[in-house]
Amino acid sequence: MSVARFWRKIPQRYNLIGTRCTSCGRYFFPPRSFCPDCRRAGKIVDHKFAGNGKIITFTVIRTASEQFEQLTPYVFAIIELDEGPRTSGQIVCAPEEARIGMRVKPVFRRIGADGESGVIYYGTKYAPAE
Amino acid sequence: MREVAVIGAGCTTFGEKWDTSFRNLFVEAGALALEDAGVSGEQIDAMYVGNMSAGRFIEQEHIGALIADYAGLASHHVPATRVEAACASGGLSFRQAVIAVASGLEDIVVAAGVEKMTDVGTGASVDALAGAADREWEGFAGATFPGLYAMIAQDYMHRYPLTREQLGLVAVKNHYNGARNPIAQFQQEISLDTVLKSSLVADPLRLFDCSPITDGAAAVVVAPLERAREFTDAPVRVLASAQASDTITLHDRRDISTLDATVAAGRRAFRMAGLSTSDIDMVEVHDCFTIAEICAIEDLGFCRKGEAGRFTEEGITALNGDLPVNTSGGLKACGHPVGATGIKQVYEITKQLRGEAGRRQISGAEIGMTHNVGGTGATVAVHILGV
Repeated sequence: MSVARFWRKIPQRYNLIGTRCTSCGRYFFPPRSFCPDCRRAGKIVDHKFAGNGKIITFTVIRTASEQFEQLTPYVFAIIELDEGPRTSGQIVCAPEEARIGMRVKPVFRRIGADGESGVIYYGTKYAPAE
Repeated sequence: MREVAVIGAGCTTFGEKWDTSFRNLFVEAGALALEDAGVSGEQIDAMYVGNMSAGRFIEQEHIGALIADYAGLASHHVPATRVEAACASGGLSFRQAVIAVASGLEDIVVAAGVEKMTDVGTGASVDALAGAADREWEGFAGATFPGLYAMIAQDYMHRYPLTREQLGLVAVKNHYNGARNPIAQFQQEISLDTVLKSSLVADPLRLFDCSPITDGAAAVVVAPLERAREFTDAPVRVLASAQASDTITLHDRRDISTLDATVAAGRRAFRMAGLSTSDIDMVEVHDCFTIAEICAIEDLGFCRKGEAGRFTEEGITALNGDLPVNTSGGLKACGHPVGATGIKQVYEITKQLRGEAGRRQISGAEIGMTHNVGGTGATVAVHILGV
């Protein structure tokens, strides 16, 4: 991934900056710059998400792409944030620990890297919060 | 709008074809389709080719022109267009060809699909396929394609009475059909035990729940129905062509276990054809994973949500059942060269409707359906064909 492409998403990936439509009140994470409900009438502003939520569904990934090979097996889930929107991410827990409905909180983690001397990508994973 | 017919179809064998190049694959499929249609190259008015990721798999873009060139049609300057919608590229390629003929703009149109996946290693192909989902918010975080479908399976099994055994029976049934299809990648029947003892890929999905990595190409020729008899005694009518979109990410779906784009495209297709589920003699659905076939049967309306496991276990979807599903072996056993799959589905239904499906022939087949999915359901193409 190019540096610019990663850099411009740092606010979202590090600090969970999403968006909110002030016209209808709907929250977006990952952020959207266009509200599907209000369309052009929607006014979109930034919103910092707390990152707390619950697991909607999950899997344990045992065969991964080259980038994530060394992490296997790892838990991957769809998380519903308390503000409403759903997002995807890794859960920092043992495979047998994960379950649907489990409360999670955000944790800042290394996600990947471009080889041994390339850019390191940080971002948000989620950890059990029960 | 003019009525459209399939007048010829061709398909390479599917498999790990290390000795065959991308361009030779589609030339082979195209030649088979033209020969089947009795059409010469000069008669072709336009070509569409479904291809997901030649850029990632063989570092080649500009596939439309490449196809026209290696089909020997460069000097005819035939318009050739690449169509991309991840794993639904083939279905959309067919739909574009149908639209071109229906509109009256073109007469003889080739719809092809091709993918050459084994020129890169498994890790690289897994990564290329992850591009069918949201790279920024699924792939970046570590999602794989089997992982996304595994989350559908996990959600589904949490809410509905689907057993691990019923899920495995989808693969057993599709291998049974593949063993009766000379183009299929896997020609062996398997036992339920084979599925249940295969290695876990993404829980609860195991290796034998997953479609393989495949090289292959398929092509069909479409023409106005009123001209079809010039070329063939057995034209296959295109009764409906429908397409639908949904959110690119799985997490943004209204319901994790329902592919709303399948529901929408299915309804549009039935409305366009003036038919209902009971009219369908067999259906090729997009079983990239066993859970995908379970969802497809329900989302197309063949049974209620939560019933497809029992439906499968009772043999209703088997070759001799009331609704044979994936007579070709599906993506699971026939193989899944992603851009070619949607065209292979049309090829299979065409073979069935012409009574040329050999040991997997459905007797008296008159109406068939194809269902091709891109990503985890962000694009769906559904077609109904009949004689």
